[in-house]
Amino acid sequence: MDMAKKIAVTTTLNGEESIFLCEPRQTLLEALRDNLGLIGSKEGCGNGNCGACNVLLDGVLVNSCLVLAPEVEGRDVVTIEGIAEDGELHPLQQKFLEHASLQCGICTPGFIVSAKALLDDNPAPSEHDVRLWLAGNLCRCTGYDKIVRAVLDVAEGDS
Amino acid sequence: MQAIDFVAPTSVDEAISALAAGSGMARPLSGGTDLIAQLQEGRLALDTVVDLKRIPELMAISINSDGLTLGASVSCHSINNSQAIRDAYPALIDSTHLIGGTQIQGRASLGGNLCNSSPAADSIPNLIAHSVTCHIAGPSGRRTVPVEEFCTAPGRNVLENGEFLVALEFPAPPANFGAAYLRFIPRNEMDIAVVGAGASVVLSDDGSTIQSARVSIGAVAPTPLFVQEAGDALAGQPVSEETLAKAADLARDAARPISDMRGTIPQRKHLSGVLTQRALRIAIDRARGTKTVDELGRLNGHG
Repeated sequence: MDMAKKIAVTTTLNGEESIFLCEPRQTLLEALRDNLGLIGSKEGCGNGNCGACNVLLDGVLVNSCLVLAPEVEGRDVVTIEGIAEDGELHPLQQKFLEHASLQCGICTPGFIVSAKALLDDNPAPSEHDVRLWLAGNLCRCTGYDKIVRAVLDVAEGDS
Repeated sequence: MQAIDFVAPTSVDEAISALAAGSGMARPLSGGTDLIAQLQEGRLALDTVVDLKRIPELMAISINSDGLTLGASVSCHSINNSQAIRDAYPALIDSTHLIGGTQIQGRASLGGNLCNSSPAADSIPNLIAHSVTCHIAGPSGRRTVPVEEFCTAPGRNVLENGEFLVALEFPAPPANFGAAYLRFIPRNEMDIAVVGAGASVVLSDDGSTIQSARVSIGAVAPTPLFVQEAGDALAGQPVSEETLAKAADLARDAARPISDMRGTIPQRKHLSGVLTQRALRIAIDRARGTKTVDELGRLNGHG
């Protein structure tokens, strides 16, 4: 690989100001994992099909593999590492455990970030809403039903 | 893997300069859902990425009595959440709710969908039905192109080297206007159209006569097709199944699809007619105000 000039990016990452260096063609996912050591976001496909790398960018759900790292200059990024608060699991994380909503676990961070974005947008979704919202998250262990039940359990708990 | 430069200009003029710099291998970036995937897969050679999302004009949603000017980089998510767009151009949401899943919609823009110029793009038949004008900027200045003339071949369009799409201009919807976009896919969502159809109508005040109509079909030719003859055949005709069937026949005749993994030629020809007729029915219902958008949204699986 040619040596590219690195860019310094200042961003709010999981609520704290963060400055990191990246190469211009690195994706946000690569910068999170390789430069910042935040390996919770997973690379399932690297092309926007699977949702395992999902993060919130200014509160909007995006695939971090389809964002170039320099794009997040001055913006707000929340990863799976920022979902739990004050050492307490987020209710979604707790319910994923209770419902055994994971098998291998690779897709789980993306599902939890996506589900958080859903509940931020719509605190009382129907099952149809949940399934449609999560349609861009793939689970190759095919554990969708338990995932949907966990999300609905949190939603019902809210309402 | 080749190193690249990244620049994020804050004005159209700066973007024109950035795209002109270097060896002619600079590419504009909006949502990146096509561009970054192609870059990562090594299918795209470029030396500079010019991020357009810091340019206010590219990110603006501006509605007034003349219509809507939609910045080319505005995401589907922003469109879906714009009450002004939902009120004035509800049929546009048919497309922005269909392009990829939630996280793709968080980034993907209609400008990008148009510039990617896929024959199966879910927004383009809808933009054609809405009589959109494309505003283009480049080293030789600004120009406009009707959206039905924008795509020239799969993945190709009228943009010259150094040019980029700035905005999509939607005329103000006339009274008794309705539109719709439908697509056929073998799954519930998250798929590429086997066929798509966009339609719009303007009805008489009593809702009984079609004053004018536009029909466009996708994934049935090298570019999304504007089927002008189908709209012309509807003009001045009473709203009836016979009238709509005639327009559907014309759409089926206009389709010149290929057979591939998604569908065969006969299936796509058939679907061109069926979807055109259904899209027209919905457009008419919307023009009459007899069906809500939310009700109709379920037709495309996003209720």
